[in-house]
Amino acid sequence: MPRKSLTALALLLATPACAEDTLNALVWCDHTDPTLIEPFEKAHNVKVNLKEFEGTAAGLAILDQSQPGDWDVMVIDSVDVHRAVEAGKLAELPADKLPTADFFPALVMATNNTVDGKTYAVTEKFGYNTISYDKTKVDPKDMEDMAALTSGKYDGKIGIYDYYLPVMGLLALGQGIKTADLNADTLPKLQDSLTALRKASKQVSDVVSSQTALATGDVDIVVGGGEWLTAVLAKDNPNLDWTIPKQGGLRWSQSIAEVAGTKKADLALEFIQYIVSPEGQAALAQSSCYWGMPANQKAGDLLSPEAKAVLRWDQQPDYIARSQLYPIPDAATDAKMQDMWTAMLNQ
Amino acid sequence: MSIASAERKLGWGLLAPALLWTAAFFVVPFLAMLALSFAHMEGRAIVSGFDPGNYIRAFTDWSQLKALINSVEITVTVTVISVVLAWPLAAIIAWQVPARFQRLALLMAVLPFWTSYVVRSYSWLLVLGKNGVINKALMGIGVISEPLALASTRTATVIGFVHFFVMLLTLTIYANLIQLSPNYARAAQDLGASRWATFVHVILPLTLPGVITGAFVTFVLCIGDYITPQILGGNTELTLPQLIMLQMGRSGNFPMASALSVVLMGVVTVAYAACSRWLRLDRL
Repeated sequence: MPRKSLTALALLLATPACAEDTLNALVWCDHTDPTLIEPFEKAHNVKVNLKEFEGTAAGLAILDQSQPGDWDVMVIDSVDVHRAVEAGKLAELPADKLPTADFFPALVMATNNTVDGKTYAVTEKFGYNTISYDKTKVDPKDMEDMAALTSGKYDGKIGIYDYYLPVMGLLALGQGIKTADLNADTLPKLQDSLTALRKASKQVSDVVSSQTALATGDVDIVVGGGEWLTAVLAKDNPNLDWTIPKQGGLRWSQSIAEVAGTKKADLALEFIQYIVSPEGQAALAQSSCYWGMPANQKAGDLLSPEAKAVLRWDQQPDYIARSQLYPIPDAATDAKMQDMWTAMLNQ
Repeated sequence: MSIASAERKLGWGLLAPALLWTAAFFVVPFLAMLALSFAHMEGRAIVSGFDPGNYIRAFTDWSQLKALINSVEITVTVTVISVVLAWPLAAIIAWQVPARFQRLALLMAVLPFWTSYVVRSYSWLLVLGKNGVINKALMGIGVISEPLALASTRTATVIGFVHFFVMLLTLTIYANLIQLSPNYARAAQDLGASRWATFVHVILPLTLPGVITGAFVTFVLCIGDYITPQILGGNTELTLPQLIMLQMGRSGNFPMASALSVVLMGVVTVAYAACSRWLRLDRL
């Protein structure tokens, strides 16, 4: 049976809207906040059709199973931009029309967002996967050392964020392995620490369940958490905090790109320009799904002092220096990481 | 044309829309899924062929097999508990509640159906949490000194399921009980049967079609459910639907997800075969 026929079922799962005045966007949940999208829709008199996905593999699978032109823009882990470009999924962006001069210098991420001198994506948001905790329930000093998590002191009080890349990256840092060095050879070294962390934990959960558990006191610590997890809860739960332990933390960053084959390149570019504008960045930073630092520093002018405090705006130089980017596993390593993760879930 | 032939044609004509619907939206997608389940991944590419590797992995890779075992264990537990709770509830409504209040009683029984499934699951998470209603009540009356670990456990998943399926089973069993003539019980007792013997040898067998029908539907809906174990189970163990979602949503491995889905359908088929003798789907 030809491959196209084989993927017919999958195609049915990922069919975007086709109206001419519609921009089809593959996004993460933070882009679904109306306060972010509605101003663009009103300004351009278009409907932005948003489809959420989780993880680059799933995003690329959706594009694989779609026709060119089905999707116009896509949010992607900055570290995966090269992977998407090599797969021919992204279109070149005009670098001179992007406000990267206003960005935090470390977040321009030209190494990640450009290939062979051509720009294919632009960083839109970043933050950290570290340790979130309730400072009234745990000793904040303990949270400065990842070893405390599996010391026995916090058994049954730990939640793990259900995303294998940042959590396994954190465990790698705990083993003294740089995230860039995580590969098929170094991966087995994480097995014991992953097993130990799972034994000490109460649950492994997605964003909403992690937030609920932390807010209700079901867990006191979330490994893999960070400002993106606690910021939306900060107003009602001022006891929730996060830190980067001495071993370091992971810096997540998401980029936005134009999908190759889009028939609405101009509109797609305008959407991207809006997202990385100070207004778009301020709204995206405070999305109701999760908060995160805007890549564009000028968004700071539009954020309240309280929001900047929650985001730790002033500590960013130190935090950026102490954090490493997500691991970039090749396909085989990625499959092994997911197998380890699945086995951990069923441990 | 004979009358019989004309009636046969009319029968096929009336059946045609349903048959077309089933072919278009069940048979064809199922065959596509079946074909996909024998493909395999090379990098991100789906490679067609007849490769049983996905099925071999489903039954030999412990983390995959464990998901199937977890699903069956949870589903059987939920079905049994739901039947045990729903039968007396349906009996009370059918036999003890005055006829004019029975509709109201049924309405009360199915009221939780009116809320969103996801909202209901998250609500249970709050009820079962460390600082939830149950733990606070038990600690308040001094039964426990430390909160019980109820949320994010298999127990939480089972409770969430049972809450939902007791309502469903109550309806199917009630529909059966209400049709039961009281003369059966009277006749049995006239012949010297005790109340217990009447229940075991007369009433229960007569309600079996309603019980089995409800239990089968419970089994099918429970084993295929993704939301409840995902929210209430806290990912402390995986069920088959969760594993299927991981393969689709995270790995983009549609062939493996298809194979696991076929396995899931196989389990449901076995359950159907086991129950078919008593199944009365027209009672639904």
